[in-house]
Amino acid sequence: MLSVEGICKSFGGVAAISDVTLEFKTGSLTAIIGPNGAGKTTFFNLASGAVRPDSGRVILFGENIVGLSRMEIVRRGLARAFQVANIFPSLTVEGALVAAVQVHARKAETICRRFPLKECRDRAFAVMEMLGLEDKAATLSANLSHGDQKLLDVGLALALEPRVLLLDEPTAGMGPEERWQMIQKVHELWERQKFTLIFIEHDMDIVFKIANTICVLSYGKLLAEGTPAEIRGDPQVIAAYLGTSPEIER
Amino acid sequence: MMRPRSLAFDLALGIMVLAALTIIPIVFPSKALVDFVIRGAALALFATSLNLLIGYGGMVSFGHGMFFGLGTYSFGLLMQRTGMPIPAAFAITLIVSALVALSVGLVCIHVKEIYFAFITLAFQMLLYSLIILWVPLTGGDQGLTGGIPRPPFLGINLANQGHLYLASCTLLVSGLMLMRHIVESPFGYTLRVVRDNATRAGFLGVKVLRVRLLAFVLAGVFAAAGGVIMSLFVSGAYPEFAYWTVSGEGIFIIMLGGLNTFLGPTVGTVILLLLNDVVTRFTEYYGLALGTVILLFALGLRRGLLDLLIELWRRLTAPSGKTRSRVRPARR
Repeated sequence: MLSVEGICKSFGGVAAISDVTLEFKTGSLTAIIGPNGAGKTTFFNLASGAVRPDSGRVILFGENIVGLSRMEIVRRGLARAFQVANIFPSLTVEGALVAAVQVHARKAETICRRFPLKECRDRAFAVMEMLGLEDKAATLSANLSHGDQKLLDVGLALALEPRVLLLDEPTAGMGPEERWQMIQKVHELWERQKFTLIFIEHDMDIVFKIANTICVLSYGKLLAEGTPAEIRGDPQVIAAYLGTSPEIER
Repeated sequence: MMRPRSLAFDLALGIMVLAALTIIPIVFPSKALVDFVIRGAALALFATSLNLLIGYGGMVSFGHGMFFGLGTYSFGLLMQRTGMPIPAAFAITLIVSALVALSVGLVCIHVKEIYFAFITLAFQMLLYSLIILWVPLTGGDQGLTGGIPRPPFLGINLANQGHLYLASCTLLVSGLMLMRHIVESPFGYTLRVVRDNATRAGFLGVKVLRVRLLAFVLAGVFAAAGGVIMSLFVSGAYPEFAYWTVSGEGIFIIMLGGLNTFLGPTVGTVILLLLNDVVTRFTEYYGLALGTVILLFALGLRRGLLDLLIELWRRLTAPSGKTRSRVRPARR
C-alpha cells in the first residue's frame, strides 16, 4: 500500500505539487489525469523517491520512504517506468532484462561467474513472455520500435517484481491502435500480477475504461478523486479539465 | 559448449595464443621482435584496462597513466630497496595500486564526463610532481637508475630476455583473460547498464557509485601490472611513465584499435608500436605522422580498426534484409 500525506514541492517558487494527500489501496488500479503542467510527473518523482518533497510524507507499506535512496525504495517493492522510454540503448532486450533481474537478485556485482546467470535469465524470459517481447530478445534496445521500447521500459520495472508499479504515460507517442494494445497488456499484467498499479494517461477513453480509481490533478493540487462514474459527474473536474464533451458523458 | 562468450572459449583461445607466442621467437629468432612483444604486452594490458573504464564504463579518464607509472615505481622501488622475491614485489605493487585507485576513485567517481577526465588528469600530474620532487626516494627527473635487480625465482630468470619474454606473454594473456572475464560477468553488464543510462540504472536499484568505483580500482590494478612489465623491460622507472602523455597514448591506442570490441585496444597497441617503429625509421616528425593517422581514424573511419572489421563481418554474414547498424548510438 502506498500513500502520500500532505506532500509539497516547489521549483523556484512555483508550487509543482501543493499539499496532496492520496492513498492507493493494495491491488488497486489508479489513473492520474490532469492538464499539462498539473504536476503529474512531479507527483511520480516524489512518490518514487527521485525528488525529495519539501514537506509531507510518502508511506510505502507502513514506512516513510522520504529521504531513502532509490535503491532502498526499489528494494521495498516500488518500481516505475518513464514517459520517454528510459532504456539501455546498447544492450539487447535480453541483456537489459537480465541485467535488471540480477540487480533485484542482488547479483549485480557478482564477478566470479559469467553473464547471464541461469536463474536471472529464466526470470528475464518470463518477463519477455509477459510482454510479448520474446521474438525481440536478441534485438538491440536502440533498434526497437517506439512501442517496444516503451514495453521494454515497463519490463525493466517488472524485472524488479514490484508490489507497486508507477507507469508514467505508458502510451505516450503511440497511435490509437498501439495505445489499446499497450493498455491491454498493462491491464492483463495488473490482473495477473496483482500489484498496485498507478498510471498517468491523457487518453480519457482509456482512463475511464480501465481505471478503478481516478485522481485529477490541476495546478499541483488534488482536484478530485473517485471512481470513473464519480469523476465523470464531478462539476469541478468538468469545468477544469474534461469540458462538457458528449463523448465523455456518453 | 563453445559459445564465443563462454569461459571455455576464452581459455582455449588464451592457451592457443600463448602457445603461438611461445613458438614465434623459435621460428623467427629476432631480438627486435622479442622487445616488440614485451613492450606490447605492457601497453596492451594498460590500454585494455583503460578501456574497462572508457568502453565498458563510459568513464573517459585522462589520468589512467598514473597507475602505469605507479606500477613501474612501486615495483622498481620494492626490488631496489628490499630485494624481495619478484612475485612478492609484484603482488605488493598490485595491492598498492588498488589502494591508491580506491582513494583517488573515491574523489573522481562523483563527477562525470569532462570533469572526470580533468580530475583524473589532475591526480596524475600530482603523482608526476611527487615523483619529480621526492628526489631521495624516486631519483627525481633521473628516475630509478642503476638497474632493477631481478633475482631468479622458481627457475625463472627475468634478467634473461627469453624468460622475460615468456613471463610477459603469460602476464598479458592471463591479464586479458581476467579482464575479459570481468566484462563478461554479471558485474560487467551492470557496468554497461551504468554507462548507457546511469539514472535508469539507479531506478533499478544499481549502486551506481560503487560500480564505478569498483571498475576504477580494477582498471588501476591491471594498468599497474602493465607498468611492472615495463619496469622489468627497461630495468628502471622513469618519470615519463607517469606523465600525462602515457594516458594520452592509451586513449590513442583505443581510438586506433576500437573501444567496442574487447581486443580492440590490443590491436591498437600493435598498430601504435608498428607506427612508432616504422615512422621513426624515416622521419623525426613522429608526432606529425601519428597525429595524421589518428585524424584519419577519427574523422575517416570514425571507429577503431577492430570495431570496423567486426562491423563489416557482421554486415557480410547478416541474413539479407536483416542488416542493421550495430554501431552503438552516441551516448549523450
